[in-house]
Amino acid sequence: MTLSDLLACNVTELQALLRRREVSPREVVEALHTRIQEIDPQIDAYLSLDFEEALRQAEVADVTLPLGGVPIAIKDMISVAGQPCTCGSKILRNYRALYDATLVRKLRAAGAIPFGKTNMDEFAMGSSTENSSVKPARNPWDLSRVPGGSSGGSAAAVAADEAFAALGTDTGGSIRQPAALSGVVGLKPSYGRVSRFGVVAFASSLDQAGPLTKTVRDSALLLNAIAGADPQDSTCLNEPIPDYTQHLGRDLRGIRLGLPREYMVDGIDPQIRAAIDAAVAQLRSLGAEVVDVSLPHTEYAVAAYYMIASAEASANLARYDGVRYGHRAENIQNLFDHYGRTREEGFGAEVKRRIILGTYVLSSGYYEAYYDRAQKVRELIRRDFGRAFEKVDALISPTSPDLAFPIGERSFDPLRMYLADVFTIAANLAGICGISLPCGFAKMNDGKQLPIGLQLLGKPLGEATILQIAHAYEQSTEWHKQRPPVAATPTHA
Amino acid sequence: MTEAADIDVAHVAKLARLNLSEEETKLFQTQLRRVLDYAAKLQELDTSGIETAAHAVPVFNVLRDDEPRDWFSAEEALSNAPRQANGLFVVTKVVE
Repeated sequence: MTLSDLLACNVTELQALLRRREVSPREVVEALHTRIQEIDPQIDAYLSLDFEEALRQAEVADVTLPLGGVPIAIKDMISVAGQPCTCGSKILRNYRALYDATLVRKLRAAGAIPFGKTNMDEFAMGSSTENSSVKPARNPWDLSRVPGGSSGGSAAAVAADEAFAALGTDTGGSIRQPAALSGVVGLKPSYGRVSRFGVVAFASSLDQAGPLTKTVRDSALLLNAIAGADPQDSTCLNEPIPDYTQHLGRDLRGIRLGLPREYMVDGIDPQIRAAIDAAVAQLRSLGAEVVDVSLPHTEYAVAAYYMIASAEASANLARYDGVRYGHRAENIQNLFDHYGRTREEGFGAEVKRRIILGTYVLSSGYYEAYYDRAQKVRELIRRDFGRAFEKVDALISPTSPDLAFPIGERSFDPLRMYLADVFTIAANLAGICGISLPCGFAKMNDGKQLPIGLQLLGKPLGEATILQIAHAYEQSTEWHKQRPPVAATPTHA
Repeated sequence: MTEAADIDVAHVAKLARLNLSEEETKLFQTQLRRVLDYAAKLQELDTSGIETAAHAVPVFNVLRDDEPRDWFSAEEALSNAPRQANGLFVVTKVVE
């Protein structure tokens, strides 16, 4: 087996090789390191690496564990003890995490090996990874385009075979949208399914962490490892954890799927619309019944989301004051100067914009008009989903209305960037789960092809159902087997 | 909605303890006015009688036993401090 073949493995395949001792955990970690050194300068998926520590763990890895010996990339928003956790921000440039986030601790307990932190939009604010204070990440399918965001580094790394799987976070689509634009599988668990202890807070009523993987089965495997209650996170639900791989392989007879008519709006790229139509036909042929449903408050979701997310971000980011950790300005005159300049120097433009917006909508005189109103609209959106799920098991839509766009194309138009989140943000507002998986490719004029993502939304704690549907679809298509041109770069030992 | 036109970015930046350059202040003024104009559509809906949804999945009174356990040493807690002395964080003078 060549190194390229080894690196093209998904987690399930890699585990089989490890358990048959055809490859050792050390060889896997070394191959990954070689690969990253060779191709990451083109992709910039990683912000930091710690292969010394990864090799130490590989030496003692127990391959019989659920993820034994499997290296997993971690978004730089999630704490890994001893490693940097910069959130893609200058303000945390020299910060090192003192402890493992609960989900990292759980991954380690399952045998996985963290080895590197992935690039992201600063504090997860963005849909392109262009807001990274370090460097934009690039889309493996076309290096002149964005990989999506904010978990763009995680998505690009998995797509380019420079990670077997990765963790991301999703506040308004930050796992699902980059998964769609980069051609991988991204799962946002229900609110409360996965502990957020040690995950840096952006918008606390919306944030969730979850896996980005090459296949749906891998997504289920990782969710098995990270789900579950945590005494350190009071919002994490104390509900049983099913074996998420158990329903994989069942057919779709008896499954009812809903097409929200409000999601089939103008402005969806025609090649994406065609791919979704074909995916619906395919799901029908697999035995699912597909019906129209209505989510009447869809057009208000983006507005409600940006009010709530910005408000919560402005409160959460107040902690970056240059006292206990992070950047502190030099030559400070007084306390206001200390805070004002520390934060001016440490935060990038999009973070500043959202802090201003969030502070404004929470300020006296505007609170009722914007924040309180947005929270009520959120309840209306939540009820829309509740009604829809009385009739169907899951909802189908495109993950994003757009294909991966050229780097730099949208950075000057925040509202346009926000509006592209229309299909993903409602899931965060309603606390439900969602998955994005490859459902086709768009052919571009320059001969390149760009991935298209299909989104399935499920009930709160309905991950097993959407994984079952996603897996049945995936296994009936060949999309997930395609690799981007950059992944074909031969890797030499 | 007239409020949207009223956002005073320079004033809000003071509330947020965030210095902005003149250029940024001007740019945000224009960009955020557009965002707030867009958000004005939230006013179209009748939300009377609707409770605010602070969390999508409300859980209440989540408590764990209040037992002492090992946590960071002072040295570890200071390891990321921009300035420290004598095992303490050095802060900017608050009282003249």
